[in-house]
Amino acid sequence: MTGKRGRRLMRMRGLVRKEFLQVLRDPSALAIAFVLPVVLLLLFGYGVSLDAERVPIALVVEKPTPDTNSFCGELEQSIYFEPIFLHGMAAAQQALMEGQVDAILHLRADFSDRLRRPGGASIQLIVNGIDANTSRIVNGYVDGVYAKWLEHRAMQLGQPLAEPVIVEHRIWFNANVRSRNYLVPGVVALIMTLIGSLLTALLMAREWERGTMEALMVTPVSMLEVLLGKILPYFVLGMGGLALSVVMAVWLFAVPLRGSIWVLLLGSSLFLLTALGMGLFISTVTRVQFVAAQVAIIATFLPAFILSGFIFDIGSMPRPIQWITQIIPARYYVALLKTTFLAGDVWSVVVPNCAALAVMAMVFLGITRLLARKRLD
Amino acid sequence: MTADDRIALTFRGVTKSFRTRRQAVMAIKDLNVEIRLGKITGLIGPDGAGKTTLMRLATGLLRCDSGTVTVLGFDAARQALQIQGRVGYMPQRFGLYEDLTVQENLDLYADLQGVPVQARKTRYNELIHMTGMARFTKRLAGKLSGGMKQKLGLACTLVHPPRLLLLDEPTVGVDPVSRRELWEIVDRFVREEGTTVLLSTAYLDEAERCDRVLMLDQGELIGQGPPEQFCEPMTGRTFQIRSADEKNRDVLERLSGRPDVVDAVIQGDAVRLVLADGTPLSIDRLLPGENRAALIPVPPRFEDGFIDTLRQRRHDQAGTPLPSALQEDRRIQAESSGTAISVRNVQRAFGDFYAVKNVSFDVGRGEIFGLLGANGAGKTTLFRMLCGLLPASDGKLQVAGIDVRRTAAAARARIGYMSQKFSLYGSLSVANNLKFFSSAYGLTGRRRQHRIRWATEQFDLQPVLDDGSGELPLGYKQRLALACALMHEPEILFLDEPTSGVDPLARREFWHRINGLASTGVTVLVTTHFMEEAEYCDRMAIMMAGEVLALGTPPEIKQLARSNEHPQPSMEEAFIHLIESKDEEA
Repeated sequence: MTGKRGRRLMRMRGLVRKEFLQVLRDPSALAIAFVLPVVLLLLFGYGVSLDAERVPIALVVEKPTPDTNSFCGELEQSIYFEPIFLHGMAAAQQALMEGQVDAILHLRADFSDRLRRPGGASIQLIVNGIDANTSRIVNGYVDGVYAKWLEHRAMQLGQPLAEPVIVEHRIWFNANVRSRNYLVPGVVALIMTLIGSLLTALLMAREWERGTMEALMVTPVSMLEVLLGKILPYFVLGMGGLALSVVMAVWLFAVPLRGSIWVLLLGSSLFLLTALGMGLFISTVTRVQFVAAQVAIIATFLPAFILSGFIFDIGSMPRPIQWITQIIPARYYVALLKTTFLAGDVWSVVVPNCAALAVMAMVFLGITRLLARKRLD
Repeated sequence: MTADDRIALTFRGVTKSFRTRRQAVMAIKDLNVEIRLGKITGLIGPDGAGKTTLMRLATGLLRCDSGTVTVLGFDAARQALQIQGRVGYMPQRFGLYEDLTVQENLDLYADLQGVPVQARKTRYNELIHMTGMARFTKRLAGKLSGGMKQKLGLACTLVHPPRLLLLDEPTVGVDPVSRRELWEIVDRFVREEGTTVLLSTAYLDEAERCDRVLMLDQGELIGQGPPEQFCEPMTGRTFQIRSADEKNRDVLERLSGRPDVVDAVIQGDAVRLVLADGTPLSIDRLLPGENRAALIPVPPRFEDGFIDTLRQRRHDQAGTPLPSALQEDRRIQAESSGTAISVRNVQRAFGDFYAVKNVSFDVGRGEIFGLLGANGAGKTTLFRMLCGLLPASDGKLQVAGIDVRRTAAAARARIGYMSQKFSLYGSLSVANNLKFFSSAYGLTGRRRQHRIRWATEQFDLQPVLDDGSGELPLGYKQRLALACALMHEPEILFLDEPTSGVDPLARREFWHRINGLASTGVTVLVTTHFMEEAEYCDRMAIMMAGEVLALGTPPEIKQLARSNEHPQPSMEEAFIHLIESKDEEA
């Protein structure tokens, strides 16, 4: 028996070594595994921000009074706005149309008078709605600034605030509402998808295309060994990509890692196995590198980008799309990542997501094992 | 175990078919064969005969529809893994990992085959010595020459001494020197380790090196036995004709197509002839009006028997006689003297690697000029430069008097080009391919109609006009490709490996057409790695590693290799001699 096991180990060693050597000599594989994560992280960490800061906003004050001056001062102090004073709405509208400002804040001539009457004063806000996300944020921020100013003013005057209810906002987990804090963990899911699925989708197809598969099949090696020989090196490569991403996330982008590293490792391993399973499945079925790459991008990378909750909130998607996200492995991984990074080990989130990933890994690897037969017909 | 311990492989009533979109194709029909232990069995047959399918059935990679395949006592359908652990198999496109070095490839296969670590050193030494790769163990497999790759592939299958060695066309596209070395390795293993070998080949001369031969055609076994057995019935029917007055090619044209001539090929300075059984011997009957010709009996060879068997089979099936030589509508007006192609000090570099080095030659009008060499010798690169498809790095290139390096488009209108893989539109029908190529060459109206009709008649394409080009037999594809290349009546025809993979009958037919074309004044430049095809050329150049080693008529080239041991060297022997003397210089 030992002889049999020894030979099996020898075969595995040969296959794993071969795969490592091929990775080391293939600049494109190394680029996807190590350069791409850095590029994606820098891009999403620095370049893409869903926050609105220093939004140029036109301020039109019809009749300056101490009240308007005080409000404008509040606005100028806010880090979110960069007010530009303009005379008359016509000029402001022109600026909005030319894209020089994203919004117009209009204080009418009767602003101070109405402020002192019951019912209070209203301000007019015109927002450029082309970028829906920014416009909503600007809307909210202006509301906030106005409420804060009213509060300050009431305190100064020693009067109770006219508003009947005061909403006190508290934002948990991402107190500064930094979009970087949830984008960076999401990018980790993208990177793992690329390494796990895109790279491996090419693997079996490459062996078929170059004719090495036929020679490989007529050796004592079993298809299980061939598949394991591919999974092992790319698992290591994927974990390397993960380590690189986590180090960059925590030290470079100062994203908090509140959960335990073990939960992160477990979840990532399960997702990586799923991604490897999908990649090998695509590769085994298509047998052609070009097709395999196309399928891998459409079936794994794009869903991980769009349907995983990485950027777009799943809860606000239409129902049928929400159902579809149930079969996207990246969805469970993104949920897991965001929780682990920002909230901590919340077991009621960790356990079901890990379970879902484990089931998907088994399904994809199992199907691939069944389909990969030592047969040409 | 089988009842008879001396049998390595048995096929009993084996049938295998493949389903394509349109129809099921029978690849193997009711095959019954036994292959003996410790012998070399050759698998011979034209393209599409089912050789590769037979190999794959024996390795358990394919399951037969009916019948049983037994290999080394194991059933191929149920015990494939046991078989795969015991045989060595080298597929046609051998799967070397090109990004691994020679040593790493050997290590991988040693690991896969479970060769004990302590046994490896001696085995490696033996194999590396045998294949002459001692200097290259650290080189990436992808950077080896074609012959070297093939030898490494063989070494990888031999890392673990297999009891049965299955080699699928191991010598295709390999230069003659490497071909000889491959055979030496195989012979040695059979002799020293008692290995059983089943080897398929397209080179008929290799059949004579086998102990037994299986002859396959269209999935059926049409003959088996020792190679001499196929020669025997040919005794007294094989001759050489030497004519003092006529060119060999003209003699050949007069002889081929006659019902009493089974086969006629140019060999050396004579025409080799195989007569039908019972043909009275008379030079007057064969070549009326020819006074100064001699008919000399020569010993039969395997190829004669093969051609005879195939011809009879084909004749029984359809009765297609050899077509008449290709007739062009008009003779090329230009005087038949003069230079059609002029190549001067042409070079082509890819990075720091020279695919073509300082090549010079001229081709006269109406000449058939051959470029011979192994894969990677630089033939295709040179061809692409001549067609203006690839710019030359240096030198002068003139085709039909036009400088290709300056006005490639003008030159291209006057040449026809048939590429290695017959660039046809596989999803279009034959008729649509003809229509497309005629309009691509700018033919319109009546001229276009006329040329399409001409091509259909000359190449016997009528029966397949509506068939999809992708599903045609290779011989038809080749004819269609040639027809497309000739649509615009080019003065010069470039043929890149036109006969590779095509069966010997189709090859003869093809050369017959080309001869006809040349006689109407068309200049033909052709590449090939079949050395015997060089005999059809008026003049030729032998290329190796981007350089021209020798230039001249076939007799002149062979003259270079003449020695006391080889008073009558064949083209192949001449080639080997040239390459070896080149190596000695280096």
